[in-house]
Amino acid sequence: MSSVDFTWLIGGPQGSGVESGANIFSRVCAEMGYQIFGKREFYSNIKGEHSYFTVRIADKKIHSNVNDVNLMASFDAETIFRHYDEVVSGGGIIYDSDIAETKTDAVHTLDMPFKERLHKKLESKNKPFTVAGVLEIAKEKGVLLYPVSFKSILLTLSEETENPRLKGLIRMYNVIGVSLSLGLVKMPPDSLQKTIANIFSKKPEIAKINQQTATYSYNFAATKFENFDCSLPGTQKEPGTLLVQGFQGTALGKMACGCRLQPYYPITPASDESVYLESNEILEIIGDRPGSTAVIQTEDEICAMGMTIGGALTGTRSATCTSGPGFALMTEMLGWAGINEVPIVITAYQRSGPSTGLPTRHGQDDLLFTVFAGHGDFPKIVYASGEIEESFYDTSNCFNYADTFQVPVIHMMDKFHASSVITCKRFDPEKISIDRGLLLDKVEDGYRRFEFTEDGISPRSRLGMDNGIFWNTGDESDEQGHISEDPILRVKMMDKRMSRLELILKRIPNEEQAVSYGIEDYTIISWGSTIGPVKDALDMLKKEGISIGLVQLKLMHPFPAEYVSSLLKDAKTIIDVEANHSGQLGKLFKQNTGRDVDYFILKYTGRAMTSTEVCDALKKIVQNKAEKREVLMHGA
Amino acid sequence: MALKPAGFKTEVHNDWCPGCGDFGIVNAIQMALADMGVQRDKTAIFSGIGCSGKTSHYINTYGVHTLHGRVLTFAQGAKIANPEMTVVAVGGDGDGLGIGAGHFVAAGRRNVNMTYIIFDNGVYGLTKGQASPTLKLGEKTKSLPSPNTNSNVNPIGLAIASGFTFVARGYSYDIRHLKDLIVQAVKHPGLSFLDVLQPCPTYNDLNTRDWYAGADLMDEAQKRHSRIYKLEETGYEPTVHYDSEVEVNEKLSQALIKSLEWGNKIPTGVFYKNENTTPYTVRLQDKIPNYLENSPAKQTISKDGHPNTDISKILDSLEV
Repeated sequence: MSSVDFTWLIGGPQGSGVESGANIFSRVCAEMGYQIFGKREFYSNIKGEHSYFTVRIADKKIHSNVNDVNLMASFDAETIFRHYDEVVSGGGIIYDSDIAETKTDAVHTLDMPFKERLHKKLESKNKPFTVAGVLEIAKEKGVLLYPVSFKSILLTLSEETENPRLKGLIRMYNVIGVSLSLGLVKMPPDSLQKTIANIFSKKPEIAKINQQTATYSYNFAATKFENFDCSLPGTQKEPGTLLVQGFQGTALGKMACGCRLQPYYPITPASDESVYLESNEILEIIGDRPGSTAVIQTEDEICAMGMTIGGALTGTRSATCTSGPGFALMTEMLGWAGINEVPIVITAYQRSGPSTGLPTRHGQDDLLFTVFAGHGDFPKIVYASGEIEESFYDTSNCFNYADTFQVPVIHMMDKFHASSVITCKRFDPEKISIDRGLLLDKVEDGYRRFEFTEDGISPRSRLGMDNGIFWNTGDESDEQGHISEDPILRVKMMDKRMSRLELILKRIPNEEQAVSYGIEDYTIISWGSTIGPVKDALDMLKKEGISIGLVQLKLMHPFPAEYVSSLLKDAKTIIDVEANHSGQLGKLFKQNTGRDVDYFILKYTGRAMTSTEVCDALKKIVQNKAEKREVLMHGA
Repeated sequence: MALKPAGFKTEVHNDWCPGCGDFGIVNAIQMALADMGVQRDKTAIFSGIGCSGKTSHYINTYGVHTLHGRVLTFAQGAKIANPEMTVVAVGGDGDGLGIGAGHFVAAGRRNVNMTYIIFDNGVYGLTKGQASPTLKLGEKTKSLPSPNTNSNVNPIGLAIASGFTFVARGYSYDIRHLKDLIVQAVKHPGLSFLDVLQPCPTYNDLNTRDWYAGADLMDEAQKRHSRIYKLEETGYEPTVHYDSEVEVNEKLSQALIKSLEWGNKIPTGVFYKNENTTPYTVRLQDKIPNYLENSPAKQTISKDGHPNTDISKILDSLEV
C-alpha cells in the first residue's frame, strides 16, 4: 500500500463556517486513523475577509504543511482566485458552478496588490478575469474540476426532506463542501455521520439537518464525480491519539501543573488559551475537593502582569498569556519581578510585528525583544517550545524553573502553534513533576526574604504566611526587602541575583536546553514552531539521500553557549531557519558562541513555513546555489 | 494578642521631609490596624512610587512597594489569589490619578474587597514639585516655571463614577478622624477609596497646613475658619440602605455634587457608601463555588512531586 500524504484546503469568507468545516473534516480523518496537521489563516476581521484552512493528512506522523494541495473545497469565488494555483496536477477543485462567471472586480475583498498579480497572470495566459478564467489555467495544468451548484443541492434536499427552511440555508455550504470532499475521496461515510452527531450533540435538530445534508452531498460526489485518483479508506488508528488545537497544549499544561491564577488582556493569537482555561476553570483534584483556575480579564496587559505578580507573591502558581504588543507593555513589571525574585510565567504567543504588524499572522519576531526585555540587568528565562506536543510538558517545566530559580519565565509560543490543529500522542500528566523550589510552608523567627545563601537562592515566604513577613520594592534592597542605596550591598545583591543565570545553565538538564537530532556537515539551528517544517524537510531530503543535521534551541536565555557549541563542533556549515527578517536566533548564537551562521532561511510573509519550501532552500544550499539569506514566500 | 499602633511600626528610618502630611497618614494607618486588631502577617500594604510609596516600608506587615501607577494591579492580584488577606493599597495622586488612572477606573468596576488610599498633595514631590493631577488649572506652586495648564481631576467624583462602593475624604492633620475613616474603609465589604488631603510642605506652597486651617480666612476677631469640615456633622447621609436604583442614584448624585465643593469649604468624611454591590471575590464565587474556602493560594497542586489535578476527562474529550 502506498503511503498517504494528502492536503485538503477549504476557504471562504470569515464567518461562513470555514473553521467548523475544517474541524469536521479533520475529526473524520483523525477518527479514521490518519495523522493530521491543519493550519488556519485569517485576516484581522470578523466577517467577510478571506480565511482558509489547510489540512494535511498522512498515515505517519507529520509536523507541518506542504505547498501542494490535492483537493480544494470552495464555495466562494475568492477562494478559487487565491488558491487555484496551489492545487497540483491530478488534484481536484470542488466549486460552486453558480459563481463560475464571477469577475475579479466583483470580489471586493480581493486587495489591489493581489488583484494586480492575478490579472497579470490571466492576461499572460489570455484568460478572462473570472473564476472560469483561473479554472481554465488549473485545468490546463491537469487539475480536475468538480462543479456543482450548491444552491440546487439545498433545493433538492429541501424537497426530499420536505423542509422548506433548508432551501436558503447557505450556512450549510461548509458541510456541503466537506461532504463532497469526503465522498470524492471515498472516506467511509459512517465516520462523517458520527462526527457531526458528536459536534452537534447538544443540538439534535441541527445535527439532523447537517447529517441529511452531509449524506446527500457525500453520495452526490461519490456517484457523480469521476476520475479522482485518490481514496482515503482509513487506516489503523493509533490508540491514545488526541486532536488538539495549538493553544490547548499550554492551557492543559497549566491546569495540570497547578497554575491557579491567570489574569490576561485579550489579544490575538493569545487569548484563546485564557478563554479555554476559563471554560475549564473548575478542576478535578485527585482525593480532594475541586480546585480552580481564577482567570481574570483585566483592563490592559499592565494590570494582567501586575495581578500575576501579586498572585505569585501569595505562593500561587500564576501566569499570564499575551502576544508581542502586550508583552511590550509588561516589560517594566518584568524588571520588578526580576529584582524581587518573583516566579511567574508569561506565555508569549508571538505574531508578526513590528507594532500591530500582521495581527493575525505568524512570526517569530520577538526573540531578541524577550531576551533583552526590561531595563537594567536581572535574571530571567526565555524558553521556546518547538511542537505543540512539547508545549504541554514545557509549560510545566517553565513553572518549575520559575519556582526553583525564582525568576520570571517567558514561554515562547507563536501564531503558527496557536492556530494549528494536529493529532499527537495523548498528553501524559504522570510525566510531569512539580518542583516548587524553596517555597516555604512555615517560617522561623528572624526570616529575611532575600537572605544571602550559598547558591544565591533564598527561601521564599508567601503573603499571608505566619511569621513570614517580608518587604518587596522595585528599588535596590537589603535582605529584608527594605530600600537600600548602599554601594557594597548593591553589588552583593546584584551578584546574588545575576549568579542565577549560571545556576540555570548548570541545573537545567542539557536535553531541556537544546535538542540534537543529529549533526552533519550541514546542520540547522532553529527554534519554536519552525522546528516542525524543518523536521519534515529533513525527512524529505533523506529520501533523496541528503542528510542534514538539526539542533533545536529551547533555552533561549540564558543562552546555553557551551553546550550548543559542543553539539555543533563537527558541523561545518550552520544554517539558521526561523520566521523573522533579521535572523534573530543567528544573532543570539553569534553573540554567545562567537560563531557565524553560514546561511539563513527566513520567512516573514506572516505565513508559516511549509516543509516543501524549507526543503527546496536546503537543497539550494547543499548544491551551493543559495544566497546567504534565502527568503521564503509561499502561501496566500 | 492585639497589637498597639507601635507594633505596626518598623525600624526603617523615615526620610520624609519634616512637617510632611504623610506622617499623619502612616500614623493613622498604624492606629487603624491596631484598632481593628488585624494580624500583622494576614495584612499587606501595597504602595506605588513616590514619597507615599515608601509607606509600606514603615509599616510592620507584609509590604509591597510596587511601580508607578500600578499599585492597584498588584494588590488586586494578591487579594484575588488570597482573599483572606487584609489588603490596603496606597499611593500619591500623581500615581493613582495620572499614570494609574486607567487602573483606578477599572478597579472601581471590579469592586475587589480592599482599600485604596491616595495621598493627595497636588504635586510630584520626589521629582521636585511638578504639577500633579489634583492641582487646579492656572495654579502655580513654587517650583513650577509657569502656571498649571491642565484642569484638575476630581478624585471623589472619579471614584464615584468608576464604581467604588465606599468613597471618603480625610485630612492628614486630623489623625483621629482619618483613623476612623480608614477603619470604616477596611471593614467595608468591597473596594473603598480614601482621598487624603496631605500638604506637601516643600513643594506645594498653596494648599498648606495654614491654608487648610483657614489662616487666610481670619475674621475681625482674628479667629481662623478652617476650610475643612466634616460631612457627618452636617447631617449628610452617605449610605445606600435599600439597594433600589432610585436610592442608589440619589446617593451617587448627592456625593458627586458634594465632591465639587472646594475653596473656602472642603468636605471630609464619607461621601458614599453602598454595601449592596457584590464584591469581586463573591462574583468569582458565583462561578467557582468553593473559591473562597479553597482560594488559589490555598490549593494544593501536587502529591509526591506530581500533579494532583486530574485532566483525564478533558483529554478524553480531545481523543479521537
